[in-house]
Amino acid sequence: MSDKSHSDQSLVPGTPHISSRRFSASLVWLVPIAAALIGLSMVIHSWLSAGPKITVSFETAEGLEANKTRVKYKNVIIGTVTGIGLSDDRSQVNATIELDAAAKPFTTEDTLFWVVRPRIGASGVSGVDTLFSGAFIGADAGHSAQTTNKFVGLESPPPVTYGEKGKHFFLHTDDLGSLDIGSPVYYRRIQVGQVISYQLSPDGKGVDLQIFINSPNDAFVFDDTRFWNASGIDVTVGASGVKVDTESLSSILAGGIAFREPNYTPNAKLADANQKFALFDDQKTALAPPDGPAHYIRMRFDQSLRGLSINAPVEFLGVEIGKVVSIDMDYDDKTQHFPAVVGALIYPQRLGSAHEKLVRKFGKDNEERSARLLQSLIEHGLRAQARTGNVLTGQLYISLDFDSTAKKVKFDVAARPLEVPTVPGSFDKLQEQLQAMVDKISKIPIDSIANNLDGSLKELQRTIKQFNSDTLPQINVTLDQARKALERASETFSDRSPERQQLGQAMDEVQRTARSVRLLTDFLSRHPESLIRGRSADRTTEPFDIQMEPQQ
Amino acid sequence: MNLPPYASELQLCLCHTCGYACPVDAHRCPRCDSMIHRRKPDSISRTWAFLVASLIFYIPANLLPVMFTDILGHGSENTIMSGVLEFWEAGSWDIALVIFIASVVVPCMKFSLLALLLITCQRRSRWAMRERSRLFRFVELVGYWSMLDVLVVALVAALVQFRALSTIEPRLGILFFGLVVVLTMFAAMSFDPRLIWDAEVDDVR
Repeated sequence: MSDKSHSDQSLVPGTPHISSRRFSASLVWLVPIAAALIGLSMVIHSWLSAGPKITVSFETAEGLEANKTRVKYKNVIIGTVTGIGLSDDRSQVNATIELDAAAKPFTTEDTLFWVVRPRIGASGVSGVDTLFSGAFIGADAGHSAQTTNKFVGLESPPPVTYGEKGKHFFLHTDDLGSLDIGSPVYYRRIQVGQVISYQLSPDGKGVDLQIFINSPNDAFVFDDTRFWNASGIDVTVGASGVKVDTESLSSILAGGIAFREPNYTPNAKLADANQKFALFDDQKTALAPPDGPAHYIRMRFDQSLRGLSINAPVEFLGVEIGKVVSIDMDYDDKTQHFPAVVGALIYPQRLGSAHEKLVRKFGKDNEERSARLLQSLIEHGLRAQARTGNVLTGQLYISLDFDSTAKKVKFDVAARPLEVPTVPGSFDKLQEQLQAMVDKISKIPIDSIANNLDGSLKELQRTIKQFNSDTLPQINVTLDQARKALERASETFSDRSPERQQLGQAMDEVQRTARSVRLLTDFLSRHPESLIRGRSADRTTEPFDIQMEPQQ
Repeated sequence: MNLPPYASELQLCLCHTCGYACPVDAHRCPRCDSMIHRRKPDSISRTWAFLVASLIFYIPANLLPVMFTDILGHGSENTIMSGVLEFWEAGSWDIALVIFIASVVVPCMKFSLLALLLITCQRRSRWAMRERSRLFRFVELVGYWSMLDVLVVALVAALVQFRALSTIEPRLGILFFGLVVVLTMFAAMSFDPRLIWDAEVDDVR
């Protein structure tokens, strides 16, 4: 039946059905093409975004993990550690790092890499967040034009990152002390910078330090600013007593540098970056005015110089103008004495404006001029004297002072070194005066005084004995009688005595009498006529009331 | 031959939608008015297309990380295989095995089985036709179990959000893996198992 209908239908010419399947069949292939395009684009993207591959060597791989440890700059991930291996000689660890494409600047030669781990040091605690998150590698891009793919990692974070605002300065010092990288730099006890690096100077006779002062405080560094080592506690025991000085608690432990401009700086200019400065040992020497050239003088003392030490001050009229540099013994053949020879350096420039005037008068500062100047001063009585600076510690200092009573001495202008005449020290003078006093005391006739005194004392003793034996018993008797008399008197006045009672009754009588008299005067004042007429009967009702005083 | 007659011999074809046996020259099913074809149209080329697409996507699905876990600030990204290895090394071999079967064995098996079916059909091979059709039913059955991975990542990422303590986030790899699963299912759907038996007769298509 179906065959029949089918054949019937086929006889009728109909519109042929045109299939368009062929087109849609190929349309399905768009799916794998799209997939392939997506895949390809991802490959291209990863190929384009793949950054440089670098190797950084570290001392240890502690905390580093391949494919886990990140490389961060300002806490932004810029790469990943993809592999950790030992170097060929097994002394180093090489970490292979794949940086992001955007991290290209981190391949410049002076880029720094370091491992950020938790650190506890004298100058603080850092990297606490890495306790949980694990270590990461910190990076800091450099400025060099050269690029490389091999780096040596730092063992500790660099104290200053590139691009931080501020200025670098160089300091030169004799020894490093307790300074270290990262030691703070203080300005008026506020931390404004830190030590970045240090190294021996090329000739090995000193240390060159590099410090960094953060902006805006770098504007306080002038070309005449003085830097000094503020490490530890500065205890000075000198002629001026005991002095303890320190910058801060952390500088005691970690060391530190302090700086300040001198007290009077009329035309100071801002210091340039990378300027060189000297690093002084302490604040006092740093802030002292420039010394200028030194002159060597010698003094000969005929006394013990116990308490005089090297570096003891030399003062001229109270102004410290130099220091003792040598103390020597000499032997004088003629007198068979051992005089002490003290050498000292004096800095004429420390005299300030006096020095300038002297320069104007005597000409330029040189040995010849100093000799002539000294000669004139000595003629006016200039003498050196070892004086006690501190009675407690017994420290001595050398004082150059004018002594008008001093004997004239001959001064050799041509002699080198220049020799300053001396007078005995203040203690020596004191000793002489004491001696004189002792002499005077010894002249007093103590023996005869004692004899006289002894006789007087004996006389006095006798007198007292007589007094005790004769006078004292009589006084006792007299006192006894007096006491008895007083007792009797007090009995008479006691409450129970009949005299007292009689006296009381007498007083009552007197009182009653006084009352009657008052009543009478009252009555009379109201009824004066009664004096003449007598008392009227009706007035008896008047309100008087005579109260009897209660009987005792 | 005592085989039952083929529909084509009887000038009949089956409606895909309602299963009505329609005359061969009809364009639409007389009962449900859907398009009728003797076989699924372009079955082999469509299956190939989906299969190739899913194969392409399978590469990024395995290379890209599927999950980002951040526990106490210690973040890490895991691909499928690295996750399997991590579980295996941690000693939980059973979990590693489940993940491995669901995300590696099943998709790979589907690729190879579908490719085998397609090639044998194209070559009109008469080899093990009954077993091959059984294989196809197996492929269809096992197909959606590969979505296990996608589900696990979606669930875990939604549940584990404790800010600083721990967070889990899905990564791009899981999207590709989901696409792989969907595309292989499309491939299996567009394959017409009757093509296996068409090898018995020469004049089909």
